[in-house]
Amino acid sequence: MSIVVCAEQRDGSLRKITFEALSTGKRLAEASGETLKALLIGNGIAGLADELKKYGVDEVAVVDNAALGAYTADAYAAVLAAYVAQENPALVLFGHSSFGKELAPRAAAKVDCGLVSDCIDINFADGDYLFKHPVYAGKAIGNYKVAGPVRMATLRPNVFPIVESAGAGAVVNFATDIPAAKVTVTGTMMASGDRPELTEADIICSGGRGLGGPEGFKLIEALADALGAAVGSSRAAVDAGWREHAAQVGQTGKVVSPNLYVASGISGAIQHLAGMGSSKVIVGINKDGEANIFNVADYGVEGDLNKIIPALIEKLKELQ
Amino acid sequence: MEFVYSDEERMMLQMARGFAEKEVKPIAKEVDKEHKFPAANVKKMGELGLMGVSVPVEYEGSGMSNICYAIAIEEISRQCASTGVIMSVNNSLACDPIKIFGTEAQKKKYLADMASGRKLGCLGLTEPNAGSDAANLQTTAVLDGDEWVINGRKIFITNGNEADYCVLIASTDKTQGHRGISAFIVELDNPGFSVGTLEDKLGIRGSSTAELVFEDCRIPKENLLGEIGKGFKVALTTLDGGRIGIASQALGIARAAIEDATAYAKERVQFGKPIAQLQAIQWMLADLSTHYEAARLLTHRAAYLKDQGQPFGKEAAMAKLMAAETAMKAATQGIQILGGYGYTTDYPLERYFRDAKITEIYEGTSEVMRLVIATNVLK
Amino acid sequence: MKIVACIKQTFDTEAKIVVGGNGQISDEGVNLIVNPYDEFAVEEAIRTKEKNGGEVVVVTVGGDKAQEALRYCLAMGADRAVLIQDAAMVGADSRAVSIALAKLLSEKEAGYDIIFTGKEAVDDGAAQVPSRLAEKLDLAQANVVTALSLADGKATATCEIDGGSEILEMALPALISAQKGLNEVRYPSLPGIMKAKRKPLEVLSLSDLGLSADDVASKVVLAAAELPPARKAGQRLTGEVDEVVAKLVKLLKEEAKVI
Ligand SMILES: Cc1cc2nc3c(=O)[nH]c(=O)nc-3n(C[C@H](O)[C@H](O)[C@H](O)COP(=O)(O)OP(=O)(O)OC[C@H]3O[C@@H](n4cnc5c(N)ncnc54)[C@H](O)[C@@H]3O)c2cc1C
Ligand SMILES: Cc1cc2nc3c(=O)[nH]c(=O)nc-3n(C[C@H](O)[C@H](O)[C@H](O)COP(=O)(O)OP(=O)(O)OC[C@H]3O[C@@H](n4cnc5c(N)ncnc54)[C@H](O)[C@@H]3O)c2cc1C
Repeated sequence: MSIVVCAEQRDGSLRKITFEALSTGKRLAEASGETLKALLIGNGIAGLADELKKYGVDEVAVVDNAALGAYTADAYAAVLAAYVAQENPALVLFGHSSFGKELAPRAAAKVDCGLVSDCIDINFADGDYLFKHPVYAGKAIGNYKVAGPVRMATLRPNVFPIVESAGAGAVVNFATDIPAAKVTVTGTMMASGDRPELTEADIICSGGRGLGGPEGFKLIEALADALGAAVGSSRAAVDAGWREHAAQVGQTGKVVSPNLYVASGISGAIQHLAGMGSSKVIVGINKDGEANIFNVADYGVEGDLNKIIPALIEKLKELQ
Repeated sequence: MEFVYSDEERMMLQMARGFAEKEVKPIAKEVDKEHKFPAANVKKMGELGLMGVSVPVEYEGSGMSNICYAIAIEEISRQCASTGVIMSVNNSLACDPIKIFGTEAQKKKYLADMASGRKLGCLGLTEPNAGSDAANLQTTAVLDGDEWVINGRKIFITNGNEADYCVLIASTDKTQGHRGISAFIVELDNPGFSVGTLEDKLGIRGSSTAELVFEDCRIPKENLLGEIGKGFKVALTTLDGGRIGIASQALGIARAAIEDATAYAKERVQFGKPIAQLQAIQWMLADLSTHYEAARLLTHRAAYLKDQGQPFGKEAAMAKLMAAETAMKAATQGIQILGGYGYTTDYPLERYFRDAKITEIYEGTSEVMRLVIATNVLK
Repeated sequence: MKIVACIKQTFDTEAKIVVGGNGQISDEGVNLIVNPYDEFAVEEAIRTKEKNGGEVVVVTVGGDKAQEALRYCLAMGADRAVLIQDAAMVGADSRAVSIALAKLLSEKEAGYDIIFTGKEAVDDGAAQVPSRLAEKLDLAQANVVTALSLADGKATATCEIDGGSEILEMALPALISAQKGLNEVRYPSLPGIMKAKRKPLEVLSLSDLGLSADDVASKVVLAAAELPPARKAGQRLTGEVDEVVAKLVKLLKEEAKVI
């Protein structure tokens, strides 16, 4: 049997989460003795197969079809289900990205199998897979088992390490009927600028009510640019209209786990922590020495952000 | 006996708490600091049915119980006692007397306008020489043809600066003492009416406390509320009900102080551990919580009796007395638990402290509450 | 129009999580609310009815207490409610829930024009039921929707995707999963709360739906829950701004190695 990774590409380039999933798949395949396969779906994407080989895949199955140009969950799910029917894998992995969040449950319903979403760890021990998935916005972690034969899981981005390894790397075509999609994509608007996407970013600089107004975010943006970081926000700043909701980090916003999270003018409410508590390193900048953010920050800087951030930007520039 | 919420009480609690946290809390500090009447929230409260909670649906109220009313006032006052009193005065002091004593026509017009939140109400009772001794009022109403002509001044009137209607208590026959007192409904866009001094106050600074000036203020004959000479009864009955509202306001303030102090005590570390682990702090919180629960039971019992149509004057007085003193104590000790931080305006405890004090004064001082209770006990 | 909103009752987001001796999460003393994203779904359902006429049916799978959540939605303005309640559904996984909902919506409550759900529940954070349900009902789905318009039997939805958004068009009936931003959720008014008491709330068991316990046996089983390791407060940097900043940059570079 096999472990299958459903590769995610957008506009002809593979997303980082795919490498994270492949690396995890490889580790699990070695523990369970399965083979590692990747399924690559899209239009004009066959060339991407080579890149997948770097992560130890034994086989890449490619479904390259004009009808699959724009991603639609129902059509992609049909392809995936057909592949699963042929392959009968023990485990299928997706990223917990907007792609995987929608496609995985749709495919799981078609295949009629169990799925654990948003995993932060998966292990194989005593002949079974064990999935860790945070619940209640990270206030608890559930350890799940899934009755087979097929299991599915989506992986939280930025949590699983990327490890390159060798594999047979055969490339095969997979042909199947592609149903007409039920939805039509009539437009796509990507946020402008070269800042990384929030859930994929290695570094995030977030601002809250303490910024005092929308202009305050100029400071956060400048810091983000100095660090090559994405910009996030607390809900208070979103509710005040200083930032769009897509930037909100927290229980009712995005869940992120960057290597470095810099929270400026954010008090550290429990709902905010729910979205960034799993960051590897947290820096809190706050003028209130009692602010809750200091209870979780690895480095707490007590003081006025209007003085600290400009100085910090200067210092970072000196380094470059 | 049952001590559980009904479905509607639970839902009302959830709604009022959500509204108070999302809409009332964020502006509470500003409302206090800037003396700002929270007009937008008062309008929203009208739309949600909070301005006429126990007014029947046929008069555009919400048709809910007085227990629901008490719960709602507490939730709003938990975040902002100014908003709480604005709501309490409209419900208890303006809607209630018309609901109880008004004619059908008065209810269709004035009660419906105020219960729906289209118009705001106030009660004009207190005068410079008539505070606790309300019967000593000097304002007069004289019948002249089809109109009453009103002269005099009222002071300390909550909502006085924004209200559209006033339930006014005035003398129609000075020779009769409190038997010569009658109640009226006055529309305040009347040319014979003006707003005088606005008080600058220690607390509840978001609610206006105004002087109402009546100079040959002519109102239609049919705006008499209840019978001639029975106005003092209207006032006393109204205040009995109002005390359930003020008790609930005090409960809200007490809870705010207890909750904030509890949260702080768990976080503030001194001598290497959170101060919540010090017995001195624990005992304060234990006592305050006990007083709060007791006051709440008294308040809800008074509301229950009112819902049942039973006498509740003594119980309402007990509830207000206990809740007001609990609020004051909770705010005082709440500040104590926060130490120096509690004394600054960075934390809302000092606001709770200033707001709590009024609950021991208006709608009958704590001394007057004891008087009412004693009279009942001794009779 | 027949408009359906699927909701879930969840813990209050402030709730403290306690893991019981059995390794399961205890709900004792926890305040329960309508899942915040589902409130957007119910709000959109009611607005759709206000614009187009018809009725709003709220449905959920849950226990006794779930009736409170349904009543809350009725107080907001939904017309009637259906609760699927069965001992066999206690601890049900997303698959089981979507099977029960799909059965209800394809038979007893068939004939809907649009189904609204939240984009995920804040308790298990799985975000599976909406897409599973769409698949089972063979419907188009717009996921993580922040804007929606309906016209001529078609839905046009703006969906949040990683790093941007896209616009999808689909024929009705369709399933719409609501994200924050789709609308401003109303509070139930007090008259609304009073009316909710008299609105119909139907409780159905699995056998009422024609399902057996085997049909909904969970495939995903929570072996045990645990509390995450507490994050500890780290170092506090104090001093003059320049010093502090220099210290911070040094630590990030040399100790944490993140820049
Ligand atoms: C159901 C629900 C869901 C929620 N979901 C989320 C969510 O997803 N994400 C989220 O963030 N919140 C969420 N919240 C809201 C959360 O409870 C807080 O209200 C919010 O996070 C507060 O944002 P803040 O930290 O920016 O503002 P505040 O709590 O007001 O903090 C501002 C901070 O800035 C500091 N400050 C001010 N001026 C300066 C200065 N010059 N220099 C340095 N520091 C300064 C202050 O000391 C203060 O600590 C949710 C709440 C609920 C009820
Ligand atoms: C902010 C605010 C809002 C108000 N809103 C309204 C309103 O909307 N409408 C309205 O009509 N009035 C309103 N009032 C007036 C309020 O009800 C009175 O202030 C209150 O009844 C006390 O009257 P007083 O101030 O004249 O004090 P006094 O009656 O002069 O009392 C002074 C002191 O003597 C004590 N005392 C008096 N008589 C006795 C007694 N017999 N036995 C024992 N002790 C006694 C009192 O308890 C008090 O300690 C408001 C007052 C304030 C400050």
